[in-house]
Amino acid sequence: MAEITFNDIIKPENLAYTKSKLMTDNVMHYCPGCGHGTAHQALAEVLEEENLQSRTVGITPVGCSVLMYNYIDVDFQEAAHGRAPALATAVKRLMPDRFVFTYQGDGDLAAIGTAETIHTCNRGENILIVFINNGIYGMTGGQMAPTTLPGMKSATSPYGRDVSLMGSPIKMADIVAMLPGTCYVTRQSVNTAGGVRKFKKALKKAVQYQNEKRGTCFIEVVSNCPSGWKMTPVESNKWMEENMFPFYPLGDLKVPAE
Amino acid sequence: MEKELKLMKGNEAIAEAAIRAGADGYFGYPITPQSEILEYLMEANPQATTGMVVLQAESEVAAINMVYGGAACGKKVMTSSSSPGISLKQEGITYIAGAELPCLIVNVVRGGPGLGTIQPAQSDYFQATKGGGHGDYHLLVLAPSSVQEMADFVELGFDLAFKYRNPVMILSDGAIGQMMEKVWLNPQKKRSEEILPWATTGKPASRPRNIITSLDLDSERQEKFNLKLIAKYREMEEKEVRYEEFMTEDAEYLFVGYGTSARLCQKALQLARAEGIKAGLLRPITLFPFPKKRLNELADRVKGMLAVEMSAGQMVEDVMLSVNGKTRVRHYGRMGGMIPTPEEVVENLKSFIKG
Ligand SMILES: Cc1ncc(C[n+]2csc(CCOP(=O)(O)OP(=O)(O)O)c2C)c(N)n1
Ligand code: SF4
Ligand SMILES: [Mg+2]
Repeated sequence: MAEITFNDIIKPENLAYTKSKLMTDNVMHYCPGCGHGTAHQALAEVLEEENLQSRTVGITPVGCSVLMYNYIDVDFQEAAHGRAPALATAVKRLMPDRFVFTYQGDGDLAAIGTAETIHTCNRGENILIVFINNGIYGMTGGQMAPTTLPGMKSATSPYGRDVSLMGSPIKMADIVAMLPGTCYVTRQSVNTAGGVRKFKKALKKAVQYQNEKRGTCFIEVVSNCPSGWKMTPVESNKWMEENMFPFYPLGDLKVPAE
Repeated sequence: MEKELKLMKGNEAIAEAAIRAGADGYFGYPITPQSEILEYLMEANPQATTGMVVLQAESEVAAINMVYGGAACGKKVMTSSSSPGISLKQEGITYIAGAELPCLIVNVVRGGPGLGTIQPAQSDYFQATKGGGHGDYHLLVLAPSSVQEMADFVELGFDLAFKYRNPVMILSDGAIGQMMEKVWLNPQKKRSEEILPWATTGKPASRPRNIITSLDLDSERQEKFNLKLIAKYREMEEKEVRYEEFMTEDAEYLFVGYGTSARLCQKALQLARAEGIKAGLLRPITLFPFPKKRLNELADRVKGMLAVEMSAGQMVEDVMLSVNGKTRVRHYGRMGGMIPTPEEVVENLKSFIKG
């Protein structure tokens, strides 16, 4: 058999992973190894595969993913910090046949936007919330988030998070799973190819449930922040698996009855 | 269809006018003295007739951000509140102004600061006309002085909001919100089904994606955007100034007052005239843009202006800027929910005349 050359490898038919048609050519601003970029690609693939571009309205948060609208080729609204679910509520109520999602970090969703998150889920708005939990405020330079692990160091917990002063990390997926308004709550990751596949599956379920008007879908992605954690991408993924996953176990917390 | 005559509270008139104007959505949170707006809409249940969405939000913050999301879809959306709630809405309002979206915000003002009182006041003038939230922006502010205008300014407000892609505020107060008067209501309009070219409604193949944002990390571009906003506000100052005059032809002294204060100035005017004082009244209807030019013209003819407000003196600053030292200007006001009597106003005018 002839030797496989580089030119063979990059032939479209030989590529296992291609850029989704819904990903733009804009240069991403994310740090190397950051989970945001991978999560965007997976989301774009699902929007493409489900043929959703023409009826999707996305809401971006304030956080590292604030500029997400530069990367995925769908209509976007940029919310104030924490308020994305309120915007999404109105969009969906006013245009019930659109596919509406928010994409939010843990500072955005679990600190400043806690009220909007809980009440949107409690009303059972037919939207998808994608929650990127990297246990830190990435964008502002690595400060403590409500999700920061006990003992974990950050710019504002330089001696490690002291739970006697700062409380324990909030498990938002567990909280919203208790609300009757949510129909699907799951915790995923995007640090391995298998993880990405499962995340995409979860996204597709959320699309289906939204089409069926079943209530709020909440997909948490336990993710990394190499810059904020002051680690290399490889170290950050290892640290995430060893520390974040035990505290935020992956898997479904709530699935709708068939 | 004909107009319809009803007896209504100011707050109810706003709610009914919103349905009839073909509004797409209302998002609110209860607070005295404006809760009747949300209550009326819930009872009227327009979702079943016109398809208008009415939602009680978990807070004023959520309500204004729902308005932001709905406005970004090009929909006719509104919210209402009273002073403490309007303070909470300021975050959303500055984002809406920064994203250049149309919407209607109603403030049925009560006295402050803080929790203050539930009685009427005009102490949110600065907040309404000078921006209110952070950053350089203005709302277009309409000041109704009757239940009829509460109703009329809903449709006018929406029209102006869409014309300029700018949030419009109806700055009312607890007295006009709560009082009952006859009101002519417009016939029911159909809700618009038009998809606006800039709105985020899902990207068809025929256009690039629409992005609604108030963010620009490039300072040069952001400054250009700021200049664009300023040009818009200048255009409003050219085209949208509205006011009403009473007996200004021969007036030697001019009352300046809006909303409830304008009503009691009208009575004070009659009392003053009966005593031989040639008084007149200018009632600003738009507070931003403010009738600066007209006041400046009148300043050439009158001996002084008395700004009557239910506040510690806010609009009076705009009167002073308008006349630019050409004539004497004084403020008279009551606060904390107190409404001045016409007699009090006349007494004050007399002492103003003495110097
Ligand atoms: C009202 C307001 N408060 C604070 C900020 C500053 N700020 C920007 S992003 C951010 C935290 C973002 O953290 P997270 O949501 O976890 O997103 P990440 O960057 O980690 O993805 C903060 C506090 C802001 N933009 N607006
Ligand atoms: S700061 Fe953290 S979350 Fe933000 S892009 Fe960098 S690695 Fe990602
Ligand atoms: Mg974070």
